[in-house]
Amino acid sequence: MIEELRKKAEELLKNGTVKVVFGYGEGSVPERTRPVFITKPEDVNKLTWNKYCVYNLTTYLKRQETRKLGKPALILKGCDARTIIVLLKECQIKREDVYIIGVTCDGVGDPLAEKCKACDVHTPLIYDDLVGEKRENKEVPFEERYAELDEYEKLEEKDKWEFWQKQFEKCIKCYACSNICPLCFCDRCIVEKNQPQWIDPSAHPRGNLSWNVTRAYHLAGRCINCEECQRVCPVDIPLNLLNKKLAKEAEKSFDYRPGYNIDDELAMSTYKEDDDEDFFK
Amino acid sequence: MSKAEAKPENQFEPKIIAFLCNWCTYAGADLAGTGRKEYQANVRIIKLPCTGGIDPLFLIKAFERGADGILVSGCHPGDCHYNSGNYHARRRWNVFRPLLEFCGINPDRIQFSWISAAEGGKWVETINGIVDAVRELGPFESYQKLNTIGPETSGGAADASSETG
Repeated sequence: MIEELRKKAEELLKNGTVKVVFGYGEGSVPERTRPVFITKPEDVNKLTWNKYCVYNLTTYLKRQETRKLGKPALILKGCDARTIIVLLKECQIKREDVYIIGVTCDGVGDPLAEKCKACDVHTPLIYDDLVGEKRENKEVPFEERYAELDEYEKLEEKDKWEFWQKQFEKCIKCYACSNICPLCFCDRCIVEKNQPQWIDPSAHPRGNLSWNVTRAYHLAGRCINCEECQRVCPVDIPLNLLNKKLAKEAEKSFDYRPGYNIDDELAMSTYKEDDDEDFFK
Repeated sequence: MSKAEAKPENQFEPKIIAFLCNWCTYAGADLAGTGRKEYQANVRIIKLPCTGGIDPLFLIKAFERGADGILVSGCHPGDCHYNSGNYHARRRWNVFRPLLEFCGINPDRIQFSWISAAEGGKWVETINGIVDAVRELGPFESYQKLNTIGPETSGGAADASSETG
């Protein structure tokens, strides 16, 4: 499969279809990989593929440094390819501006990443070329997909508050979570605005709550559950729980899952006249 | 106008912030006023063009600045002055409310309602309802006590005194 990837990348670079290939390369230790940006056909041997390729490379689509390199081909797993569908839907990229080398995947990470446990996109839903044997995308029931949330939803109100305060208290406002997020692409983030100052920039519990709630909320109906925010968090806040909770609510209320169908309206930019309003007085 | 009847001394008076749309609920509150209807005076009104323009950050900010409860109210579905603002708002609250609940904030502290310009009575009922409900819950201390000087290990004097005292 690695050979196939390298051949494909070489071919694309040689015939000028793309200017750069975003892929995974070997890391400093065997249990790690790092993103590589191949611009010359003779460098394709740097590409690799193994179970440690957990990252979502679509995040480089929003960066100036990588945008400058020209039209990219991206090596994407099924989950990562969902990001492309959201980005297309939100008019951040044009379909003809990216070339997608989809790879089929049976799960990454060691131990297996949480996101892979209820995976239903072993074969990407959108790609130009597929590398690897095609897998069947089996549907996973709703309860199973959000099973991780159960133990937290069951908590008493007070315990929930304490749990999250303990988590948010650790936050050092490094913004790694939003920097890595492929869908956090505002040129000027709300935390950088200070007229008025919506979110307190220093890392104290009150400002941390505002920041973490806002970050999560801005991904409502958009997050594709790549878990990158949680992976990069230097203080191990389980950020993806918040994202997952919002995804669950969006699915429950609007019957919408981001990144599956390019024809679906974006959940938060549309409405239905019969949306749930039980909680309105 | 607070009620004239004798009220228990030292009774907790909650601060309620109401985000109202200009066209329906604000006019409804106005009607309650011109109709000389009495309701509890714990509410501070912030008038906005439309509920569709209310960013959830407004709510967070209100809590940060000491609100004990929040009311968001606008036109009934189908009556929006801008046709669809309230529908979009409803979508937002559909996900934002469970998020706060997930973080341990009592959903009774944030209430939503549709009140039209003709429903002065409903305004009075809604306000009395939320004031009573929030009074029952007590001051939103857990939020207001969140310090602004970093984790407790940093040994902030202001917080240390309130913790031990």
